[in-house]
Amino acid sequence: MIDAQALQRHGLTAAEYDRIVAFLGREPNLTELGIFSVMWSEHCSYKSSRVHLRTLPTRGPQVLQGPGENAGAIDIGDGLAAVFKIESHNHPSFIEPYQGAATGVGGIIRDIFTMGARPIALLNSLRFGSLDAPGTSRLVEGVVAGIAGYGNSIGIPTIGGEVVFEPAYAGNPLVNVFCLGIARADDLVKGVASGVGNAVYYVGAKTGRDGIHGATMASAEFDEKSAEKRPAVQVGDPFMEKLLLEACLEVMKTDALVGIQDMGAAGLTCSTTEMGSRGGAGIEIDVALVPQREAGMTPYEIMLSESQERMLLVAKRGREAEVEAVFDKWDLHAVKIGEVTSDGMLRVKNGGQVAAQIPNRALTDEAPVYERPMGRPDYLDEAQKLDLDALGTSKTDHNAALLALLASPTIASKRWIYRQYDHMVQTNTINLPGLGAGVVRIKGTDRGLAMSVDGNGRYCYLDPKRGAMLAVAEAARNVACAGARPLGATNCLNFGNPERPAIMWQFGQAVQGIGEACRALDVPITGGNVSLYNETDGRAIYPTPVIGVVGVLEHADRVLARRFRGPGDAIVLFGTGRGELGGSEYLKVCYDRVCGLPPALDLAAERALQVLLVSLAGDRLLRSANDCSDGGIAAAIAESCFDTNGMGAEASIDAVAVAQATGLNEAAALFGESATRVVASVTPDDVATVLERAAGAGVPARVIGQTGGNLLRLAVGGRTAIDLSVDEAERIWTSALESYFRKVAA
Amino acid sequence: MTFGVVVFPGSNCEQDAYHAATDVLGQNARYLWHKDTDLKGADVVVLPGGFAHGDYLRVGAMARFSPIMASVKEFAANGGPVVGICNGFQILLEAGLLPGAMLRNRSLKYQCEFVHVRVEQTDTPFTSGARAGQVLRLPIGHGEGNYFAPPELLQKIEANRQVVLRYCDANGHVDDQSNPNGSVNAIAALCNEKRNVLGMMPHPERACEPLLGGDDGRILLASVVNAMAAR
Repeated sequence: MIDAQALQRHGLTAAEYDRIVAFLGREPNLTELGIFSVMWSEHCSYKSSRVHLRTLPTRGPQVLQGPGENAGAIDIGDGLAAVFKIESHNHPSFIEPYQGAATGVGGIIRDIFTMGARPIALLNSLRFGSLDAPGTSRLVEGVVAGIAGYGNSIGIPTIGGEVVFEPAYAGNPLVNVFCLGIARADDLVKGVASGVGNAVYYVGAKTGRDGIHGATMASAEFDEKSAEKRPAVQVGDPFMEKLLLEACLEVMKTDALVGIQDMGAAGLTCSTTEMGSRGGAGIEIDVALVPQREAGMTPYEIMLSESQERMLLVAKRGREAEVEAVFDKWDLHAVKIGEVTSDGMLRVKNGGQVAAQIPNRALTDEAPVYERPMGRPDYLDEAQKLDLDALGTSKTDHNAALLALLASPTIASKRWIYRQYDHMVQTNTINLPGLGAGVVRIKGTDRGLAMSVDGNGRYCYLDPKRGAMLAVAEAARNVACAGARPLGATNCLNFGNPERPAIMWQFGQAVQGIGEACRALDVPITGGNVSLYNETDGRAIYPTPVIGVVGVLEHADRVLARRFRGPGDAIVLFGTGRGELGGSEYLKVCYDRVCGLPPALDLAAERALQVLLVSLAGDRLLRSANDCSDGGIAAAIAESCFDTNGMGAEASIDAVAVAQATGLNEAAALFGESATRVVASVTPDDVATVLERAAGAGVPARVIGQTGGNLLRLAVGGRTAIDLSVDEAERIWTSALESYFRKVAA
Repeated sequence: MTFGVVVFPGSNCEQDAYHAATDVLGQNARYLWHKDTDLKGADVVVLPGGFAHGDYLRVGAMARFSPIMASVKEFAANGGPVVGICNGFQILLEAGLLPGAMLRNRSLKYQCEFVHVRVEQTDTPFTSGARAGQVLRLPIGHGEGNYFAPPELLQKIEANRQVVLRYCDANGHVDDQSNPNGSVNAIAALCNEKRNVLGMMPHPERACEPLLGGDDGRILLASVVNAMAAR
């Protein structure tokens, strides 16, 4: 019955099959094979990534819950926990953008409220091919509408994120979604099943044939036939999830639950085995009792369905009626489908008959782990070369270059996108999207939470380790720029096919980089997600680790944003520009080159800068702060002028000598992306204090100019290099994305 | 006084309204579950924003059948103040408590942003604390806020001075550019003939604290409190 073809269909190797037979002591039946195939898929088992992920720092006094649960949690004071995680929904979003993105949002929200936390914020990190490439606008429209459709309806604000356009993502867009919730630190709920004889309940949407083998799909490359996999994408129902969210949070207050887990990837299979495994128990269920949307579903289909908006929960014995009453109130019906057993087995019955019987351990702890071969990719030597003097005619019109950068969709205002997201519901959002990190106040306390998701695939392509370190540094720096102390991190690791040594090398390097940076910046990883096989027709995406960092703001009303606050303030630059153009947006936009080494990163200096920013913000010594990243200091100062009713700025930037041509040296000073730099504004009265505190902290800082007027004037080494009207620059920055989509619609 | 905040399955701004009523305005508030019929002594009823019943059929179309709505209608008929915000406005239209209908935004997209509205009428319990012509900066967040009424009805609404807020620019000028959704006559808020039922697309509860970027919403909510205290 189970032949080579069946194995191939299930994405299992012959060696893995032998392992299954050894565990069972017999041949599996088809249902069992299906269960093994999803639990041992890359998506669920992390079989290629696990050996690397083990090296990440996951502990710290602030960590309440590290990796392994539905989501991680950190202590944010006042007896509260911030529960958060980031997850990818790349493959489904490529096949069906609206539903793929929508169900991605639904899935991450369930992970958060399953922990007993009320979700209060969403972020997303999106990557698409070039905006003008065929198909991109359809994907962008669909993904954005899907995120909006789900998040807006369920009433969780989408308060920020990042969007990048790059040809490398043309065949594999990335849709990474982050959710954060708040819980009482003492009341965190686990995804655990224990207590022999306790009832196992199913609640939520009925089970259909949708999404069967979604996890397996996410564990394979794409080809031209991928569009035929549409039935493997699920359809989201945010209304059902809203009911589930409210009902589950209400049930958790009764203390009648042992544990709860959502049915995400691998549905009923994953939730039953993981809950049993965490509790050291077994679970026996009868699939005939599972509410079904279609007639004639087999145990195989029921166990592997990825229908959305379903939860599995274990109730304390004698408290079942309380649990059922809450769900009844919300017109949801909790159905008892089985109970906790003592034998450590996943036993699936269909009526009286046993349809599958597998030791939980075989599906979870004993799943295969691979140390896949790694090899430094051949392209690197060539790609890392950057001879500025060989670029051709040096461009000297820096005004034009800055305007081109501000219009580049990666830097341009994302208003067209975030206007479609309800970013104000729950009335906590104190930094509106586009002003820096997403920041919410925490009602009932004086505190706020800042969060940022960042990645730079181009840097990681050129040097995966340094690129990953820079991603951690940037996410944490963005949080610090809001005045919040970075406390914890989550990662979403998007890579190509791990069976290729070059990809696995990128992965290993990136994880090393994340580990080093998280240790140095004291932001332990509390969870996350790995998305491999992001390849179409053998072409992989740029290696793209996306890092989400969460920080706490002691006084919500001291929050900082990027924009200047008034004329006559001093503009202070923290950090040092070294004119690093490797992998920069400038090289890409003005010379169409992706090459060189990404900027250097000194983690000790980065840490010192972040600590300083938080302390200055806490003492109300800064009026604004903006991280220098894409487009360098020129773009950072320009952004600080925007949304201020046209307030200008004049600044003088240090010259650098990185090339022979003067024009290139000036461009490097203006647009180079040296890390660990922040543009801040300070009232004249506070300048001396700020500089003194920076000196004390060992952070380079100096006044480079002042705010005022309505022009943006930047000099390099004393010579005026940029002289633009803020209104004109802002119009270009604001309208770039919007006018593109208006053109598409026309 | 007590705000009664109706909770439909799918409501998602009920906690925001509750927070504004209690923590910001210092009043009492009670949640009113849609299956109940008891208004629990509410002095003013709020139909909050959200997606009642998922809004899968037509916005607000299902919510009007919820048992609580019969009580709300009776409360309104007896002169009790009722305010529907966003989805609540859509429900009031479907329930026949206000005239007209909602269409999709002319952008065909959901829009969340701050807009300006001009206070057109001050003789309602919701605007008594505002000046006629005052420009308020309030957030909107909706995909179907494009208010429509046929010409005859529109004439009647205008003649009865039922338009309470109109979209405008920062200086109070009403023009097409500052109309975010295409609403006919730039209507942002509308009351009934008796002036005790108000539907509004902007969210006053989202703009009650300076920390959130503005507190003009407080003018409207405080008006109700003062109006009820004066009764």
